[in-house]
Amino acid sequence: MSENLETFAGLLPQFGEGILVTLQLTLGGAILALLVAFVLGLGARARTRWASVPSRVVMEFFRGTSLVVQIFWLFYVLPLPPFYVELDPMACGIIALGLNYGAYASEVVRGSINSVHKGQWEAATALDLGPVHRLRRVILPQAWPLMIPMFTNLLIQLVKGSALAAYITLHDLNFMIVELRRGTTDTVFSYTVGLLLYFAIAYALTLLMNALEARAKNKVGQGPSLREILRVAPVQTRAEVGTPKPMVTSQLPPTSKGGV
Amino acid sequence: MDTEFWSWEHAIAVLPELLRGLQITILATVVGMVIASILGLVVAIVRRSRMRVVTFPVGFLVEFIRSTPLLVQLVFANLLFTQFPSLAIGCVVLGVHYATYMSEVYRAGIDAVPKGQWEASIALDLPRSRTWRAVVLPQAIRNTLPGLGNYAISMFKETPFLAFIYVVEMYAAAQAYGGSNFRYMEAITMVGLLFLLVSYPTSLLVRRLENRLA
Repeated sequence: MSENLETFAGLLPQFGEGILVTLQLTLGGAILALLVAFVLGLGARARTRWASVPSRVVMEFFRGTSLVVQIFWLFYVLPLPPFYVELDPMACGIIALGLNYGAYASEVVRGSINSVHKGQWEAATALDLGPVHRLRRVILPQAWPLMIPMFTNLLIQLVKGSALAAYITLHDLNFMIVELRRGTTDTVFSYTVGLLLYFAIAYALTLLMNALEARAKNKVGQGPSLREILRVAPVQTRAEVGTPKPMVTSQLPPTSKGGV
Repeated sequence: MDTEFWSWEHAIAVLPELLRGLQITILATVVGMVIASILGLVVAIVRRSRMRVVTFPVGFLVEFIRSTPLLVQLVFANLLFTQFPSLAIGCVVLGVHYATYMSEVYRAGIDAVPKGQWEASIALDLPRSRTWRAVVLPQAIRNTLPGLGNYAISMFKETPFLAFIYVVEMYAAAQAYGGSNFRYMEAITMVGLLFLLVSYPTSLLVRRLENRLA
């Protein structure tokens, strides 16, 4: 066991780089996915068939085929004749992840926008807001808090999908697990370490997204602000002790009763 | 090596192998889904228990399996249990991974059963097991069917991961053909099309089911 830890400590710098590659893929993929999601999601809602039909086709295509097939298609087929497009492995990974999860996320965008109350649309029209203005100032701020929990799930899926990158020559966390296994010849140890690291990444991202969700909800007047959630307020702690049931911090009411 | 864009000859030549692979793909999906839907229900019921000694470890395990990559889990299990065939390991790992998702679907379904149903069962003095079997689950499972279908489709699309533990499913068959004939274009594109051909009608079916049950 101590030898295992020594080998792991020796590989630590490379592990850091591997995690960085995984994070790069995640971040790049997520940004591209968000872009794709909004373009396709809004496109699918458009009234003209010229926008809605292609959006739906692209959406169904990337949702309907497997990520593995897409990533390898980009990596192995694209450099061959007749395309001769040789992409950097990192670009391949980011594009495949972005398109695949972007297609899933576009459905989220479409559904969330559709579920904004109809009266809001009518009110925005009655106030003579233009389509862009209406979407940006009225509809999206309300749809956004609905989208974030589903985006969180997709982001975790994206992190997990990024493990494929090891097979297109990228030295990500998955690759480092294999290296650690070679160094220690201990399968259980190396994979446990690797899976725990993936878990840590996913958990950190979940926490981050939960914070984002709290902020988005606060902006449309639901729930306390992020600062109120994070602050250690002595007044509230005492109130917590006083109540029979311990309250979760996020359920605490905003500091109306004599807070700072 | 010919450099034409698309050769129908190759596209047709690769088909029989792909169809053989498709059988394995579907087999893995079906077996995985059976495991996932049973284990998921068990996990969902266990997590409703009031004993923290039980719920805490199960909750952690579910979170852990859910947020680590399926690919890494597959390779790990395959290296660990060398005495079993890869296909069996693949099915079980797929099943366990998706059971963690399914347990959430079941949980939502069980939560959606109105509280009055529980109270009515207590009023009728039904034993706990009978309450679950005869009152709650029949209503809950009806709610979960669309979720089940959606996860079956996404599991179907994750089966190419099995290629990495040397199961010759559709994707591995295409790789093999591409490697021996230098025609990746047709082989891999055909795999994509076959996936679409199976998953799109299934997703339409699930959507109809969703509309009919809702």
